[in-house]
Amino acid sequence: MARKDKLSGNEAVAIAMKQIDPDVVAAFPITPSTEIPQYFSKFVADGEVHTEFVPVESEHSAMSACIGAEAAGARTMTATSANGLALMWEMLYIAASCRLPIALAAVNRALSGPINIHNDHSDTMGARDSGWIQIYCETNQEAYDTMIQAFPIAEHKDVRLPIMVCFDGFITSHSVENIELLEDEKVKEFVGEYRPEHYLLDKDNPVSVGPLDLPPYYFEHKRQQAQAMVNAKQVILETAKKFEELTGRKYGLFEEYRMEDAEVAVVIINSTAGTAKAVVDELREKGVKAGLVKIRVFRPFPFEELGKALAGLKAVAVMDKADSFSAAGGPLFAEVRSAMFDHARDTKAVNYIYGLGGRDVRTDDIMKVYEDLLEIAETGKVKSTVNYLGVRE
Amino acid sequence: MGKMIEIRWHGRGGQGAKTASLLLAEAAFDTGKYIQGFPEYGPERMGAPITAYNRISDDPITLHCNIYEPDYVVVVDESLLASVDVTAGLKKDGAVIVNSAKSPEEVRPLLKGFEGRVCTIDARVISEETLGRYFPNVPMLGALVKVSKIMDEDAFVTAMESSFRHKFASKPQVIDGNMAALRRSMQEVKGL
Repeated sequence: MARKDKLSGNEAVAIAMKQIDPDVVAAFPITPSTEIPQYFSKFVADGEVHTEFVPVESEHSAMSACIGAEAAGARTMTATSANGLALMWEMLYIAASCRLPIALAAVNRALSGPINIHNDHSDTMGARDSGWIQIYCETNQEAYDTMIQAFPIAEHKDVRLPIMVCFDGFITSHSVENIELLEDEKVKEFVGEYRPEHYLLDKDNPVSVGPLDLPPYYFEHKRQQAQAMVNAKQVILETAKKFEELTGRKYGLFEEYRMEDAEVAVVIINSTAGTAKAVVDELREKGVKAGLVKIRVFRPFPFEELGKALAGLKAVAVMDKADSFSAAGGPLFAEVRSAMFDHARDTKAVNYIYGLGGRDVRTDDIMKVYEDLLEIAETGKVKSTVNYLGVRE
Repeated sequence: MGKMIEIRWHGRGGQGAKTASLLLAEAAFDTGKYIQGFPEYGPERMGAPITAYNRISDDPITLHCNIYEPDYVVVVDESLLASVDVTAGLKKDGAVIVNSAKSPEEVRPLLKGFEGRVCTIDARVISEETLGRYFPNVPMLGALVKVSKIMDEDAFVTAMESSFRHKFASKPQVIDGNMAALRRSMQEVKGL
């Protein structure tokens, strides 16, 4: 029997890691992800897992240790946030290009500066081109479920890419909510054993990992890496299907909430999607045709599928909890609007940058966005494309 | 959809307001509710004002924002009344529960015109007499459940005892004191 419990997001992810029982965890503490290696190191000390826990001296070393371990043939995990992720930067690209299926719990926090410990998405959004799969989670349940799906996706022979499971610092990581946990043996069976095809400790088939790769082959290797990300989409969907058979909980590339006959919609990521769903319900009660699309899989980006899902709408607001300082809106807006070019070119798209550095996002804020959308839908006119929500100006 | 109850806790760092919100969430979970318990993290230091929140509902909760119009407010440290607008947004048919030796009538003038129910509980005396030290969070929790009737009192007491047995497995001597603090606070809260 699955067990109903009440856990914070960090506790839930640490339990998923315990159930996965990886070969190696290498981590360095940083708020708000610190509890994950903290809880996990207790599981190690209590003999509840077989994992080699490597307490390193920095996040650069954490990712380097993960790369070494994964290349040796070990299933490897880590966790970090914000500046910790930034310090891993150089090694993130190396992990991806070496095609090492490491799993990272990324507890979203504003990237300094100014220094701030609270939630936004500037850390993982900055790593969006590092070659890692990125899956975003609204709740502790989604973070737990996605962590369990991480290795079957990342280690798949058509993929072999590292994966980030992203969820909101404090809002999800430190908030206690209801959750349903799987039995240990079911997780073990679902995740399966790691059998890498090429690894350093395979003495009969010696390989080199990470050598100099000059013009004759570098481009071919990058092309293969790009193809792996293309392949990941199908593997993510297949893994979600198997997970649904096991748990009844359905996951896709994105979630469509009350979109059937929607005329206006918000596109959003992570925990604020829940707050926005409550606003959609309120609007629906008044007869307003409002909907919501929550992006789950950001890398690979569901370009075709999302474009089609937004076709026919009158107006769409893309919500970014990060600014890319492009002077043209946030990172999610750029990609969603690009996806709309082929399938939803007649739909007006606007951008709202919100919640930076942990600024709380109230239902009133989201209601304002829908009111703006309804005005655009009615007049066909966009007053302002890029907007900042809930900021003093 | 059933009614969702929202609670806001005001305390000072080190007094256990966050722990109380988590204990309440756990007890409500044990009685079959959907719950949220979360603190608002600020500069984390002893004595700094802190806020923690609870949502309790019969249905799944999707909101992930702070609480601005609570049904109940718990003030764990009376000195906050001078510096924090504790009753901001508090619903008129709700209640504020203040840790104070004063009567509700004496505390009401400090609450910026709040018209709803005011309750007080002397958590210091209860804590010091039952635990031998000043831990106000458990008495405040008992008073909140008594005032708000958010769950069956017996079920709450049972859930708390089981929670204390789990939490204090390595120091069982404090379980009885905490249970006594809880029971006394449920009897002694004023303004019901």
